[in-house]
Parts: sequence; structure tokens; C-alpha cells
Amino acid sequence: MMTQVEIIQPGLYSSIQDLGRYGYREFGVPTSGAMDRQAAKLANLLLKNEPEAALLEITLQGPKMAFFGAAKIAITGARLSPELDGVELENNQVVNVLPGQVLGFGKRKSGYRAYLAIKGGFQTGKVLGSRSWYAGVTPNSRLEKGMKLPFLETEPESVFRFSSVKVDEHIASVVVEALPGPEFELLQPSEKEALQKWRFSAAKESNRMGIQFQEKLENKLEAVLTGPVLPGTVQLTPSGTLIALMRDGQTTGGYPRILQLTETGINTLVQKLPGEKIGIKLVEYSQLKK
Amino acid sequence: MSDFPKIKRMGERAVLVEFEPEISPETLEKVLKLKKFLQEKLIKQKVEVTSAYNSLIINYLLRIEDVYNEVCGLLEEFSGANIDEIIESELFHVPVCYDDVFGLDLGEISKAKNLSEKEIIRLHSSVDYLVYFTGFLPGFLYLGGLPQKLHFSRRSHPRKKVRKGAVGIGEKQTGIYPQTSPGGWNIIGNSPVKLFDPGADKPCKISAGDRLRFYQVDLEEHQRILELVKRGEFSIKSEKL
Repeated sequence: MMTQVEIIQPGLYSSIQDLGRYGYREFGVPTSGAMDRQAAKLANLLLKNEPEAALLEITLQGPKMAFFGAAKIAITGARLSPELDGVELENNQVVNVLPGQVLGFGKRKSGYRAYLAIKGGFQTGKVLGSRSWYAGVTPNSRLEKGMKLPFLETEPESVFRFSSVKVDEHIASVVVEALPGPEFELLQPSEKEALQKWRFSAAKESNRMGIQFQEKLENKLEAVLTGPVLPGTVQLTPSGTLIALMRDGQTTGGYPRILQLTETGINTLVQKLPGEKIGIKLVEYSQLKK
Repeated sequence: MSDFPKIKRMGERAVLVEFEPEISPETLEKVLKLKKFLQEKLIKQKVEVTSAYNSLIINYLLRIEDVYNEVCGLLEEFSGANIDEIIESELFHVPVCYDDVFGLDLGEISKAKNLSEKEIIRLHSSVDYLVYFTGFLPGFLYLGGLPQKLHFSRRSHPRKKVRKGAVGIGEKQTGIYPQTSPGGWNIIGNSPVKLFDPGADKPCKISAGDRLRFYQVDLEEHQRILELVKRGEFSIKSEKL
């Protein structure tokens, strides 16, 4: 039976996401989907959901919500001190929720983005094959007070815990993996060196569309003819700003694409707070695991 | 032998193919022929092909053994295939209201270019623009063919909010904002048509390779079309090319 969870407080920024919207980039539609796909996949795996089940992506400061029906949930990714009726919960385990119970979040302990998955997945509407929220494509783009998210009621049953040390490795990592982008070879040797030696940190302006770095890399690269880009493409602007395009990033761009983050690289980067230092680890294509 | 197309890896699951770095109908034709060939060869659910002026990305959604070699093989097959077929395209007639209510920067362009507003409107709606690709925002068309007299640099201070349907000029380009967004182009009018419909099976009726011509409508007609669009009763006039 369909039931709902009602949002009492929206928190900082939360949205419904799945693994993304495919087949529409040629019409200018971003892929969207969970920023940290690894954490999102784990949350669904714990509940034995389909990998593409819709879940809630929570940024830094979590929402408060009341369940109208029984549910099984799992929280992964950032540790944001989740609590059910005031009792603290751990990440990476399945939790039974009874009708009327209230889920809230507290202080951040690690990471930046957490994932709340629910048995069966949130049943919000699909647009162009995906439930991921994105302004201009879906009616909603962020969680707001009073919203009701539908889900299928589940019977409570015995739950298990997941050893959670290994699964959070990418969140603790301070190294972001990147491959050379199409315009990497246009960089001077000193610029290439700076990329690998420097420590970078996300600027406050960063969001689901792109993560900008605070540190500037002076360069003499010329603009390129606007070409396609991907989530994880790192562009370098004439003023030296590095912009890593993220899941909601635009589909084409005219700045030199100097790096392409690996999937793990993206998943690590999106877990960093603005100001938190990371290094870029350049990987060669020949080093990629087959 | 030409250096093009160039094939470059782009991350773990994608390959970039680049033709000569130029904006021309001939290069676009090469891009679109290859795109069509790849989309027919590859299963759409597993591979996404996105194109721009002179390049395209072939993005595998699942990681396969060796993306690079598979694409190289396909390109070889493509170059040997001698594809002569013409890419099907349509000419779309798009209404624009150039009234002062919408044409916020018409006066400025008129002064700077020493052209009357009437002349700007005539020039802007006198050519068939070529759609090179869709990017930036869902349904945002990159159009080529803006008459040289209308080339005009972007605004030094972009607007925080450009309204949906705004028709603008930025450098050598003209285009329509499919949704309200920040924007640095000079706004000369507004089109009431829907360029992106997430509820439709094919969300954009107009796509790369098509042509587009603007025609002038007055405020009243703009309003009338807007109402029809809202009710889902307006379709953009078009003809096969």
C-alpha cells in the first residue's frame, strides 16, 4: 500500500535522485542522479532495492521528516548524525521505521552528502525515464517543508548490520583521481606539475552543477570551439578557475577540458566541504583496470 | 591523409571524436552522419552520443572491456561505408515578438550599430538559421547564420534573470532561452513557443541539422500563441527540406 513521509523541516539542500537520466544529453538535458553514486548504490544494495531505486540526497544539514507508514531505510555516505525519535542511528545499516516515527539529523561528523534509501524506493514521478529532480525538467528541484514523498509500506522484519569501514574509503580519501582530458596536452609542463602538486579546495559557489576550486591556475590556453562535456569534466577558464562539472552540469562547454575525473574521483570530490583540501592524482589511460 | 577525425579518450567510459575545428555546414554534416551511424549501430539504452559544432562524445553507460578500440573499429567501418544519404531535416517557422516590452536591448544595439530597430528586426528574421546542436540548457539551440551586421558583444554584466522565451544576440550567435535563467546575451524579443517539453517522448522537436526562421508577431499574437501553447494546441509550423 502506498504511504508517505512528510517533510517537517527541509534542511539545507536535499533532492530525490536515482542513477540519472540517460539518452537526453543531446537535447541539452543533464544526466543528474546521485552525486556520490557509490554511496547511493550501497544504500539501495543494503535494502535489496533495484540499483536505480530513487533515494533522497541530503547535503550537510539533514531534513526532519515524519513517516505515515512502516518503512525500512538505510543511510549511507556522509555521517550527519541521523536519529529516529531522538535515538541516534548508524550509517550503513538497515533500520525499521514504525508509523508516526520522526527521522532527523544532527551534527556532521564526516563527508558532505548522505543518502537516505527506502525499501522499494521513493515513488515520486518519473520524467524522461528518471526520478532525479532537476529544475526545468521535473516539477520539483529541492525538498521543501510540507512535501509528501510517496513510498510503499513494508512489514518490519529482522535487520542486519554492514561492516562499514571499507565502504566509506572514498569519502575519507583526500585524493581525487583524474585522467587527462582532451585539452590536457595544451598545458605547459609547469601547469601540469602544478595540477599534481597543488592542494585544491571547493569554493562556496559549488553545487550539483559544478564544483569550482578556490585556487587559480594561471594559464594562456585559448578558448576551444564549444564541444560536448561530461560529468567529471574539469574545465579551465582564461581567468584560471578550475570547474569540475558535476551530475547536473551542462552538456556542452567552450573552455579547455584539461581533466576528466574518474567515477571514484567524482564520488570522492562531492564528499568534500568547501575549503577542505584535496590533491589531484593523475592516472594514465594505460593504468586503467580493464 | 587528413589529421581528422581525431579520436581521444575521455574518462573511463567515453571517447571524443573531433573533426576540423570550424563552424560550417559541411563539418556539421560529417558530425551528424557519424552520429546517426553510431546511434543505429549501438544500442541506445547503453550508449549516449552527444554532438556539438565539430565533435561528438560517445559515452558508454556501462563500462565495457575496451571502449577506445570499439569506437576505433566503428569509425573504420564508418569511413568505409561511403554514406551518401542525406540527413533528414526540417525548416521551422518560429514566431518572435520584438515589442519594446521584450526587446530590452534593441535600443542599445540600434544606437551602437547605427541601425533602426525596424532594420534589426528585418535582418534578424530574414535568414534561415542552421541548428548546430542543443546545449547549455534543455532545449537551448545553437544557431548559425546571424547576419554580420547584427554581431554584437555580450553584455559586460550578465542579467541574473532572463525570462523564458527571450531571444538574444551574443557575439555571432542568436538564440532563444528555453527557460528562465541567468544570461549575458542582448535581448531583442521573445518567442512564445515551447522548445523543450519534458512530457513529450521526443522533448525537443527542433534538433541539430534542422533550420529555423523567425517571423515577427505583435504583442496580441504573442499572447494568443502563448495561450495555445499552454493548452497544448500550438505546433510550430514546419516543412521538410
